[in-house]
Amino acid sequence: MADQPITTGAPAEKKSTLKLMSKATYAKEAALRSVFLVCATVAVAGVALIFVFVGVRGWPIIQDPGLGAFLFGKVWSSSAGEFGILPLVTGTFAITIGSLVLGAPLAVGTAVFLSEIASPKVRSIVRPAVELLAGVPSVVYGFFGLIILRPIIADITGGLGFGPLTASIVLAVMIVPTIATLTEDALGSVVPGIREASYAMGATTWQTIHKVLLPAASVGIIDAVILGMGRAVGETMAVVMLAGNAPQFFKGPGEPISTLTSQIVIDMSYASGTHRTALFAMAVILFLISMGLVALVRLISSRKETR
Amino acid sequence: MTHIPIDHRDVPAVPHADKITVRELDFFYGDFQALAGITVGIQERGVTAFIGPSGCGKSTFLRCFNRMNDLIPGTKVGGTILIDDEDIYASGIDPVDLRRRVGMIFQQPNPFPMSIYDNVAFGPRLHGMTRKSDLDEIVQRSMERANLWKEVKDILPRGGLTLSGGQQQRLCIARVLAVEPDIMLMDEPCSAIDPTSVQKIEDLMAELKDRITIIIVTHNMQQAARVSDETAFFLQERTGEPAELVEFGRTAEIFTSPKDRRTEDYITGRFG
Repeated sequence: MADQPITTGAPAEKKSTLKLMSKATYAKEAALRSVFLVCATVAVAGVALIFVFVGVRGWPIIQDPGLGAFLFGKVWSSSAGEFGILPLVTGTFAITIGSLVLGAPLAVGTAVFLSEIASPKVRSIVRPAVELLAGVPSVVYGFFGLIILRPIIADITGGLGFGPLTASIVLAVMIVPTIATLTEDALGSVVPGIREASYAMGATTWQTIHKVLLPAASVGIIDAVILGMGRAVGETMAVVMLAGNAPQFFKGPGEPISTLTSQIVIDMSYASGTHRTALFAMAVILFLISMGLVALVRLISSRKETR
Repeated sequence: MTHIPIDHRDVPAVPHADKITVRELDFFYGDFQALAGITVGIQERGVTAFIGPSGCGKSTFLRCFNRMNDLIPGTKVGGTILIDDEDIYASGIDPVDLRRRVGMIFQQPNPFPMSIYDNVAFGPRLHGMTRKSDLDEIVQRSMERANLWKEVKDILPRGGLTLSGGQQQRLCIARVLAVEPDIMLMDEPCSAIDPTSVQKIEDLMAELKDRITIIIVTHNMQQAARVSDETAFFLQERTGEPAELVEFGRTAEIFTSPKDRRTEDYITGRFG
């Protein structure tokens, strides 16, 4: 940050018609700079503090039960004192991938419809509706899934209907606004000339969309899907309500499983000792997953700029 | 549709078959009438220039020939445009098919963000051409006709956007030529590129007009005088009123002895 006012050229001793910057203006500028610096610092410090806190509390996991037993242990059982998170990690990915498979095409399709097909009037109804999906509290999604969706899934798969399929379907709807909004932005930032060029070449709307616009916006769309993935990995409440919360490996779409986030929520009220440490270490894993996803987005975006 | 190819190259240009016939064309953006009562015949093969001050509807008129205006909601067309004696606004005419026959070059070069090769192969592929050898041949032929082949033949997999502005514009011309249109519309094709490239594109137009009917919209009157055989002058007399075709004729006559005083005023730089 530059603390000094930027002054170049000769000192203003000679008779100059230009006014000098007044002390008051200078003080105001400096104060403003500090205010914004503080704002930025608070955000960064917040993230850093959480990471350090969670990291310190989770650190002892590398002695007991040891990093290998923690990361690759196949059994999570607090009563038996076994804290292997492999079933939870696979559960997280099963539900995340399921929601992406269902939600990403839906969201990209929605974005294409909004950006390329819908009339302004239809757009003015559909777009706020999609954005509203982002504002519905996740407990409401969970409740909806529990009451409406779960019995249907139970009929199809047998069992009670708690499991990755139910959770994935509800999560798919939850990630639609994230992916759809960002994809629409990506399509909107495609140079307008190439859309015209495509139509002028005799391409139909569909050919223009899939041969020109989607490839041109592909980097933005991949970013959108990754951010949607981040949302799915981190979602907790709806998953707790629908996944069944049995820390076991994926057995089928209708068999209960558990995830990193839902296990933390369920166990944290009573966990102590190693169990508690394991929960903090799981939070660190979640942290690393999100950081990885953000880094991936950065990497893809920067490669686009240098292309 | 039948059309008998006649070679005009050795015939004195005045009595000729019109490729495009426009009768009493009106054009509306919503309630605003942009063009009124335009009647004109565009000669087959050769270059016709549309000139006139900014906002006088030249580009709007140009975009009627490939129905690009259809893409703008709320536009309306009255009157008729015949291409090879076929009404292109008749019900049932597919604008997509029309655009395959009437190519368009824009002011801003607009190659697709894909390789140079894929840009030129785009049109043929749309039409269902898939054999590599056919595509290779048409890509090379189109680029040769666009005077671009020598410069890019070793860098075909490179992105079209890596070329210079002038090369990009010739790439767009090659892309249009690859679908073998018989009409090419050029909407101020030279106003966003450097002078050397302008020269190349003007030379190219002179070569292409033997086989293709070219209509160019230009702000540059020297360019109109250099490249065109016939010239149409458009003018919107007052803001809010529709533009009209003031004068149309042989370029040499328009620029040396215009019949209308408004044409003369424009050409001598008194307004616009």
